[in-house]
Amino acid sequence: MSMKIATVQLWVHDQDAALEFWTKKVGFQVTSDVTVPEMGNFRWLAVGPVSQPDVSICLMALPGQPIMDDKTQEQVLDVVGKGFAGSVFLTTEDVDGDYARLVAQGVEFVDKPEDRLYGRDCGFRDPSGNHVRLTQLNPDFPS
Amino acid sequence: MSDLPPARHLLRAKDLADARYAEPLGVGDLAAAAGLSRAHFSRAFRQAFGESPHVYLLTRRLERAAHLLRFTDRPVAQICLDVGLNSLGSFTTSFTRMYGRSPAAYRSAFPPAAAHAMVPGCVLRAYGRPQHRTFREDGADGPAID
Repeated sequence: MSMKIATVQLWVHDQDAALEFWTKKVGFQVTSDVTVPEMGNFRWLAVGPVSQPDVSICLMALPGQPIMDDKTQEQVLDVVGKGFAGSVFLTTEDVDGDYARLVAQGVEFVDKPEDRLYGRDCGFRDPSGNHVRLTQLNPDFPS
Repeated sequence: MSDLPPARHLLRAKDLADARYAEPLGVGDLAAAAGLSRAHFSRAFRQAFGESPHVYLLTRRLERAAHLLRFTDRPVAQICLDVGLNSLGSFTTSFTRMYGRSPAAYRSAFPPAAAHAMVPGCVLRAYGRPQHRTFREDGADGPAID
């Protein structure tokens, strides 16, 4: 079995805002940014950590008709804005350093770095309300 | 930049309650975090999350109190203060209503076995949330109150 995780997807309300957040604030690189005019200007936008060029998060704008009707679009956006559209879990070697850097960038934190059994971690939100956890794993904790 | 998701500003209030429940926060502070007037905020919050901001903040505090009862040996009165509540009497009443037993009885009923759970704390908090109860809903078949 040779399957790997390559890309996971987040719904965002504004791809430009998401791009700025993930690249300028979080520090990820753009792995794809392709707009297809003949497909209603569909934009495949993906970002990922520099240290993992084969792993990315696709920042997906909500498709309109005919893929998604207006009501559904509104519902999805509402769920994203309520913070219930899932989480992204990141790890780091220096959670306090990253926390300080992101706070200085004005990132909205839901909690500050705190020691837990599995490591020291904190949580923040992207501009749309998606929840991101950032953990410095405890090397002694059994995984 | 296009409009934010409809409930995005309300989420800021919810996050504030989650993060700073231990401080003397009130509905006014939560409304300010959402950038709304107090009256409009309460209605909008209830509509988005299914409960009033006051109840949401109270359940966060009681949930943290339950955690401290299970995982620390701090006295009940100290835990009441530690979670941002300042009346021991109403803390005991609210806790008993929500968890079906008094803080002391709750503490003695649960050995801290979950201390060994290999599940992130944020997940344990989210899934361990108590359901808010009012006196009116405490019928004859409600949970026993010690």
